[in-house]
Amino acid sequence: MDHETLMILMIGVLIVLAVASLIGGVLAMRVGDGPNRSVVENLNARIWAWWVMVALLGLAFLWGRPGVTILFAICSFNALREFITLTNARRADHWMLAAVFFVVLPLQYVLVYTDWYGFYTVLIPVYVFLLKPVISALRGEVEDFLIRVAEVQWAAMVTIYFVSHVPALLSLNIPGFEGQNIQLVAFLIIVVQASDVLQYVWGKLIGKTRIAPSLSPSKTVEGFVGGVASATLLGACLWWITPFAFWQAGIMALIIALMGFFGGLVMSAIKRDRGVKDWGDVITGHGGFIDRLDSVIFAAPIFFHLTRFWWHV
Amino acid sequence: MRLLGYMVAYLIIGFARFITAVRGNWRDEAPRDVQTIYFANHTSNGDFILVWAVLPPRLRWKTRPVAAADYWLTSPIRSYIGRQVINAVLIDRRPEARDRDPVDQMVEALDGGASLIIFPEGRRNDTQEALLPFKTGIYHVARKRPDIRFVPVWIENLNRALPRGEVIPIPYICTCTFGAAIHLQDGENKEAFLTRAREAVLALSPDATPEMAHGS
Repeated sequence: MDHETLMILMIGVLIVLAVASLIGGVLAMRVGDGPNRSVVENLNARIWAWWVMVALLGLAFLWGRPGVTILFAICSFNALREFITLTNARRADHWMLAAVFFVVLPLQYVLVYTDWYGFYTVLIPVYVFLLKPVISALRGEVEDFLIRVAEVQWAAMVTIYFVSHVPALLSLNIPGFEGQNIQLVAFLIIVVQASDVLQYVWGKLIGKTRIAPSLSPSKTVEGFVGGVASATLLGACLWWITPFAFWQAGIMALIIALMGFFGGLVMSAIKRDRGVKDWGDVITGHGGFIDRLDSVIFAAPIFFHLTRFWWHV
Repeated sequence: MRLLGYMVAYLIIGFARFITAVRGNWRDEAPRDVQTIYFANHTSNGDFILVWAVLPPRLRWKTRPVAAADYWLTSPIRSYIGRQVINAVLIDRRPEARDRDPVDQMVEALDGGASLIIFPEGRRNDTQEALLPFKTGIYHVARKRPDIRFVPVWIENLNRALPRGEVIPIPYICTCTFGAAIHLQDGENKEAFLTRAREAVLALSPDATPEMAHGS
């Protein structure tokens, strides 16, 4: 692992966070008890939560592959719990859910960690898909059967399968990039989260036209275009930590940002359907784990497969 | 011995948090370091663990759950946990088998300075009803110690995480929502107080307040 590159990245991220905290502090003083107070309070809560998330990611990166795998397994566990809480799962699904939480989830990450590509890519889409409804069917409760089974399959795909594609990046074998795969994880997370943050910033600054008012009041066309464009530029400028050329890194970042945006949109639709504002309240200012992971969930598998298809040998 | 009790308590609370990510939602007023009876809906044997887990530590260690002796004294492990770890006020629900009146036991615990967690439904609710009718004990305690404050609590989702008869708990996000304290009013009769208390708990359920269902 190339510690020097990671250290430079870390210092860069910390400088950005320090500047953000400074701006947040100045805003808090300027706004005082004014009408925008709750917006600024939420902003500062978000920035504070970012410090914690960056610290955890930094520790995981220092530990290397086990650290990143365990960190995302923990994220999966929390996200799965948030998802299942909003489903129609009931008593008859008890054993099916126990299997998903305590067997499928750890198994998926063990398979990812041990590079068993042929198994971890089919475990949930094939084996879990087919066997899980059997467990529930045997309990004999048929009411809402398809809805319940489909919801849990969605939960497993979204919160376990797709999230596990982040540590799966560490198993790619790219000539000339050996031992530096963790920078692919850093690239993905920086671009996708920067895209979220930049969409928020552009939206707050110049956002007027709402993209999907029924899904999310805060997503605007101006925020979307500004955020995706600046995240693409940021990604291109990070080409030196990736195996990509400048323009390739830009295209990858564009795809990551777009998929991340779509992820946020789709997960918002689910929240609106279930009548909640956030998936949880674990991460102060952000909501639940899925609120922070939604864009990663949609971007990670596409980024993984594109990189695997073009660069992996 | 007391140290071991604390350690086991933290293990139990830690496990409860691991499964339920439980959060206390002090909806109407902040927790106060005043002697209080917390009364909640009862859907699972783990109920008071959740209430206990979300109480601030300085309140937690002086708060004793009121629990059924006919459940907690049936095995050595349960008996150890009930007596040494959670320091429960163990009451016998079977009038024919008991030598002590539960109301007297609760009053005695209050006079010893403890706060209490009680489940006025008297048994786990596994019906379709949101909340069973309350037993009268809560009223009699209120009559004997009229100054005590009663704080309603709604425990959400624990019956999904650990339904009666299942051994393995499923992770669900659970919440404990605390309402505004109520007191027995001058001249308030039994029915009126029980109805008011029951409605105070029901008002905290997500069905009554949809936007409170999942936090902010």
